[in-house]
Amino acid sequence: MDFVVQQFVTGLSIGSILLLVALGLSIIYGSMGVINMAHGEFIMLGAYGTWALNAAFGLSLFPSLIVVFLGVGLIGALIELGVIRFLYKRTLDTILATWGIGVMLQQAIRLAAGGELRYVQMPPSLSDSVSVLGTDVSAYRVFIFLAVAVLFGVTWFILYRTSAGMKLRAVVQDPAIASSFGIDAGRVRTLTFAYGAGLAGLAGALVAPLKSVSPEMGASYVVDAFFVVVLGGVQSLFGTVASSFILGQLTGALAFWQNDTVAKALVLVVIVVLIRFRPQGLFVTRVRT
Amino acid sequence: MGINRRIFLRGTAAVGAGVSVGFPHIWIKNADLAYAQNGEIKVGVLFSLTGTTAIVEDSLNKATLLAIEEINAAGGAAGMKIVPIVEDPASDPATFADKARKLVVSDKAVSVFGSYTSASRKAVLPVFERRNNLYWYPTLYEGRECSKNVIYTGAVPNQQQDEFIPWLIQKFGPKFFMIGSNYIYPKEENNYARLLLAKHGGEVVNEEYVPLGHSEFSSVINKIKSTQPNVIFSTVVGDSVVALHRQYRAAGLDPEKMPMASLTTSEVEVAAMGGEAAAGHFTSAPYFMVHKSPENEKFVAAYKAKYGADSVTHFVSEPAYFQVYLFKQAIEKIGSAGDITPENIREAAKDQEMVAPQGKVKIERENLHTWLWPKIAVAKSDGQFEVLKDSAEWMRPDPYSAYPNQKCTEAGLTEG
Repeated sequence: MDFVVQQFVTGLSIGSILLLVALGLSIIYGSMGVINMAHGEFIMLGAYGTWALNAAFGLSLFPSLIVVFLGVGLIGALIELGVIRFLYKRTLDTILATWGIGVMLQQAIRLAAGGELRYVQMPPSLSDSVSVLGTDVSAYRVFIFLAVAVLFGVTWFILYRTSAGMKLRAVVQDPAIASSFGIDAGRVRTLTFAYGAGLAGLAGALVAPLKSVSPEMGASYVVDAFFVVVLGGVQSLFGTVASSFILGQLTGALAFWQNDTVAKALVLVVIVVLIRFRPQGLFVTRVRT
Repeated sequence: MGINRRIFLRGTAAVGAGVSVGFPHIWIKNADLAYAQNGEIKVGVLFSLTGTTAIVEDSLNKATLLAIEEINAAGGAAGMKIVPIVEDPASDPATFADKARKLVVSDKAVSVFGSYTSASRKAVLPVFERRNNLYWYPTLYEGRECSKNVIYTGAVPNQQQDEFIPWLIQKFGPKFFMIGSNYIYPKEENNYARLLLAKHGGEVVNEEYVPLGHSEFSSVINKIKSTQPNVIFSTVVGDSVVALHRQYRAAGLDPEKMPMASLTTSEVEVAAMGGEAAAGHFTSAPYFMVHKSPENEKFVAAYKAKYGADSVTHFVSEPAYFQVYLFKQAIEKIGSAGDITPENIREAAKDQEMVAPQGKVKIERENLHTWLWPKIAVAKSDGQFEVLKDSAEWMRPDPYSAYPNQKCTEAGLTEG
């Protein structure tokens, strides 16, 4: 029984990290239809931002989170204004453009911070383990779980309970009609992209103390994030949560049953099979067209 | 119409001219003069300065160039200046092969110092074997190679494990949990570790491999918790090392009770993961930066003076440094008795010995690997190691230690 609980908690932890890295992508991909290949690099920027704030100003993780969210969000806004804005409705071109931006960000970091691996200090208050449901878990992993729950709640609230969220949903349904009602579609899109980028930055800052920080770190996260979003259903925020949970539990269980190499392969097989029979993903939000 | 004498002469002259332009070595009997001319010996230096493994390989490049500079400043090798030709193979095995071919064929380098990864060494091997040139490889590796054209100055499994495994069993207990990255090196090391564990009364509770670049170790940590081993035997490499150590510590696992024992964690990895995550875990290797010897003090001081006070030396950069000195001794042994050719250097290098920073080392004549001094050290939170056990004797290299019926000899690999 202990073992089942331990396995479940591990799955929750893996799933919460998946949701964390996928949330920003879900917003950008789901509501704007932009396939953002630079998502992994936004995560990488967040991790490096945290490292730099600590190395240069001695700032610890918590205050860094705010700076990183705003900083990466601002970079996201600039990229939307400078590049993405001109490529709406040209999906293939956005893939190429965002991929190019990703490569540039990677090289810029390599030039500025060097290519060696970095690490981010875990806050001392969270560096021990705590007991959850009778099993020992890293306190920091619990913190990530709670942080993701809060971020998800805030995101849901903004989308469905604020006028800004309503405007975004209107623009998603029909930009022309939304504009004719006086909504500035361009501005809504810039803010949405910036918010998604900021979330990716936060994800990078939050995973940095558990993982290694390097210029190439984004590559694996962007793949995970796309799996989550595609499996969950592109426009469904709750679908993203459900698919993170499923993939987290599945990865944890398969890795325990076999090993991580096999788990990685089998999870991909499961995703491919599911997409084959449910191309729209597990959850679909009906959008009037 | 007959061929008269004048036309015939003109024809042979033309052929002769063609030969002398196109194939000069037919005319110059002593072709190997090209290897050492005008008091200079050309050598290749082949470490990646760009790409994924550039950080480590850059330190190998630096150590090699430092040794060459020192040798030249002290009068060169047998009075000749060593001229390094540095190429950047960009962490790509195919580029390694191209650059190696360029160094050996166009530049006529008499030896090449290079490679960090086994993949890059395997890629250049055909170049050196086909041209009968000589490659000097400084990295610890999985063994199981027997080439007349490579001199291996890094450790092979028996040199890192023979003393380490019994020491770990005695100090912590017999149950080992093996975790490695999923490729050839960890598997070969674990093959040999299993032999040693069987011999010394240890047991393997689990053997597991994670994909290269893997960074989510919670499942592995769960298994560690449920199997309760005495030692985690780690051959995880690259950025995975950082994630594993940081998550291990965060999960509340205590190295005092259940340490990780690694063959791959050097000062470089400790700097990347942070001292507090590394502290208390063990590494076995022939060299640590803190090793106390006059030769090491001189090496570390010279390295810092040339490359900055923060720079570190580690168990791959030390062989990269001393192997240039072994090369120099081989040149001096040839002296005026023979030509400077890769073949003669190889023969002269056999049994060549010197006092390296780690201690006195020697090239084994049978398998061209190197006698080294195994050490066991524990990582400390300041990013350095503390050497706990220094081998009483140097250890013979046995690249086929996990394969009792195979042996590398001067005649090549023998079976049975």
